[in-house]
Amino acid sequence: MSTVKLTVNGKAVAVDVEDRTLLVHVLRDHLNLTGTHVGCDTSQCGACVVHVDGRAVKSCTMLAGQADGASITTIEGIAKGDELHPMQAAFRDNHGLQCGYCTPGMIMSAIDIVHRHGGQLDEATVRSELEGNICRCTGYHNIVKAVLDAAGRMKVSQAAE
Amino acid sequence: MGVEGIGARVVRKEDKRFITGKGRYVDDIKLTGMTHAHFIRSPHAHAKVKKIDSSAALKMPGVIAVLNGQQLVDDKVGNLICGWAITSKDGSPMKMGAWPAMAPETVRFVGQAVAVVIAESKNLARDAAEAVVVDYEELPAVADIHAAIKSGAPQLHPEAPGNQVYDWVIGDEGAADAAFAKAANVVKLDVTNNRLAPNAMEPRAAIADYDAAEEHFTLYTTSQNPHVARLVLSAFYNIAPEHKLRVIAPDVGGGFGSKIFIYPEEMVALWASKKVGRPVKWTGDRTEAFLTDAHGRDHVTHAEMAFDAQNKILGLKVKTYANFGAYMSLFSSSVPTYLYATLLSGQYNIPAIHAEVIGVYTNTTPVDAYRGAGRPEASYLIERLMETAARQLKVDPAQLRRTNFITQFPHQTPVIMAYDTGDFNASLDAAMKAIDYAGFPARKAKAKADGKLRGIGVSCYIEACGIAPSKAVGSLGAGVGLWESAEVRVNPVGTIEILTGSHSHGQGHETTFCQLVAERLGIPISQVSIVHGDTDKVQFGMGTYGSRSAAVGLTAILKAMEKMESKAKKIAAHALEASEADIVIENGEFKVTGTDKAIALPMVALAAYTAHNLPDGMEPGLKESAFYDPTNFTFPAGTYICELEVDPGTGKTSFVNFVAADDFGRLINPMIVEGQVHGGLVQGIGQALLEHAIYDANGQPVTASFMDYAMPRADDVPSFNLSHTTTLCPGNPLGIKGCGEAGAIGASAAVINAITDAIGKNNLEMPATPDRVWRTIHAA
Repeated sequence: MSTVKLTVNGKAVAVDVEDRTLLVHVLRDHLNLTGTHVGCDTSQCGACVVHVDGRAVKSCTMLAGQADGASITTIEGIAKGDELHPMQAAFRDNHGLQCGYCTPGMIMSAIDIVHRHGGQLDEATVRSELEGNICRCTGYHNIVKAVLDAAGRMKVSQAAE
Repeated sequence: MGVEGIGARVVRKEDKRFITGKGRYVDDIKLTGMTHAHFIRSPHAHAKVKKIDSSAALKMPGVIAVLNGQQLVDDKVGNLICGWAITSKDGSPMKMGAWPAMAPETVRFVGQAVAVVIAESKNLARDAAEAVVVDYEELPAVADIHAAIKSGAPQLHPEAPGNQVYDWVIGDEGAADAAFAKAANVVKLDVTNNRLAPNAMEPRAAIADYDAAEEHFTLYTTSQNPHVARLVLSAFYNIAPEHKLRVIAPDVGGGFGSKIFIYPEEMVALWASKKVGRPVKWTGDRTEAFLTDAHGRDHVTHAEMAFDAQNKILGLKVKTYANFGAYMSLFSSSVPTYLYATLLSGQYNIPAIHAEVIGVYTNTTPVDAYRGAGRPEASYLIERLMETAARQLKVDPAQLRRTNFITQFPHQTPVIMAYDTGDFNASLDAAMKAIDYAGFPARKAKAKADGKLRGIGVSCYIEACGIAPSKAVGSLGAGVGLWESAEVRVNPVGTIEILTGSHSHGQGHETTFCQLVAERLGIPISQVSIVHGDTDKVQFGMGTYGSRSAAVGLTAILKAMEKMESKAKKIAAHALEASEADIVIENGEFKVTGTDKAIALPMVALAAYTAHNLPDGMEPGLKESAFYDPTNFTFPAGTYICELEVDPGTGKTSFVNFVAADDFGRLINPMIVEGQVHGGLVQGIGQALLEHAIYDANGQPVTASFMDYAMPRADDVPSFNLSHTTTLCPGNPLGIKGCGEAGAIGASAAVINAITDAIGKNNLEMPATPDRVWRTIHAA
């Protein structure tokens, strides 16, 4: 057992976990942040993507201990109160989700993609960058639209700040 | 249409919880005192279970119990059932091999459970499972259809000699023979329809909670049809009587058919919860999904089509072998029979059809309905045949289809179905225009100059949806009726709850069903809630599959709404001292037509519940229910055309354009309909290019993770160009045909027709991987 200290969605937490515990299970089982999902056992599907110190990470592929001291942002932590993150709003407005299971990971990956590429996003880049997130419902068409839409919205909101 | 009524692109009400991480899926639920189950599964495709030694596991920390199949037998828990009886051509019933939830004696596929560990945590259960020693005696196994039907093949079930489930026929063999005897041309084709793993992104899960004081079970489960689950668990598996079992399917992360069926894990969790006296949770991992979720497709078919000298189809003969895996899953028997062979007429006038379907057991995961269920296999076969015929007869493939389209409705096919309406030329025209079919030869020539092989492929699909008229399916062997129920509750303050037996696992019912209410009453959808997925709340329901929720489920809501509106109009007329016939409903008010007299819905509702001043003899309250049984299937149809390029150096396929022109009848929410088509198209493209659930000759699965099974990813597939042509379905009052499966039914033939057009060779199996395409290009 080890104590792992994290800052999750801006809040400091300390959890005692077995050393083999994965970050995703700390989030889901210890902190009740069940928006982060598990969709595979092999780091392929991306349903578990969160931000660790600002970078998109598959939380099923990181031991909780490896995240000790890190700042974690999950799907529950990106809206400002009732104001949705532009990526969340774009997924809703473009019908970029159906069953919702892959959606949190998609949104967290997509935010990271926009951050890394800034205004240089096009459809081919979005499709290539989403290779690590699997969706079985949407056929990706509207997810790609949503990410491109959100990239524009995020640029606008950054410019406003 | 109002801003939120029928036909409006309303953003989904359910989205807020999903995009903020507040969805509530089964694995998100924690109960006090909950224990965790881990199943011990056979590593062998076929083996005798000689001994299960749990002694070491039982001494490990946190282990509560290790339970096995013999204990299920001792407790008289029933075997799994198949709910659709199929009769062979010799009159004999299908041959059912017994399928216990955990195998006490013999395992017949890799992944079949033999025991379960119940422990304080998931990890402790997994650790203990490693310490359970199962002594197996391996038996010869068979995984492939061809191998399974050979004489001397390993036999799976004593009940099924030759591994044959049934040998079923449909159509008129004599008429087909006569058609072929007078044919000017006969086109022959052998096709394999590759086995697929459904892979809903949420793995299956179950939490069972037994209340000893009430002798009552609650089951939270990943189900497309919780009432059917309760019925089957009660009536056949001897778990609990229906009134002592509540089944809740909360947010469910995709289904595609795989969550229709009642699986061993739910049964065992319920049974184990009573045994250990605590709630039991099981959440599958992805490999368990590959091993145990019912697979789809897996047909081997030989077909022949006869043409006259004017290229009119005279007849069709089909012989299909369908792989059912090791056991008959819940609705498996109907898939390659009544959901497949009844669609073999496609969009065409075919005077004579005869089809024979032979069901086969193999040592593989059971096969059942997966998005489209039988209809993709039929559509793929017919559309590959039409393309093959066009090449052989040297006519334009679109023109050959046009020559043979059914244009008069209703149209009785030789294989049961009576198509009610459609306009197949309209969807073909729309798709050809969208893709600039006329300009293709010039584009092909230009691509050739660039060293690329360009191809175009047409697929004109039809499906039977709105499943299904109960009397009709009953006469064909179904063990259930396929109506739907609904209840409309108007609360005393005028807000409305709609209870439906349909189940949403991504389809957006919480939005589209509200749109009907908004349309009829002129109130915002924020005033309406949809309640589904809980057998304690909803009276009954048959669930969601077969593109039935709008055509059948929404029609049931309409019927209940009409009853409610009729009563509300009486109350309004009484309050306004007007004639009931003069009352109209507009913008949330009941108005006396031609006057300014009106009473708002909340006041009508309040009057219904205060009951101070109701018409004489009227019962208080404003709540109505209805059951709706469709009179026919619905027949969505359309044309998909795919244009692509193949790199002859690598065999890699790149999409240039993909157009879809669908006729779904009336659309409730076009945005949601488009999303359904996009998703279906990618499942069809996935089958054509990427996906294949593979077993080696000994029945070992080769593709049991996302590392090995190629799921379509964002960079594998194109964006789509969608359009709609509309003929309203005459079979239901809203004119709806259904849209959930079309993409998966029509897409794969368009892709393979396009690749084979590009490479100039007709025979190419799915999935058309670069390796396979390259070998086909360069084969002698």
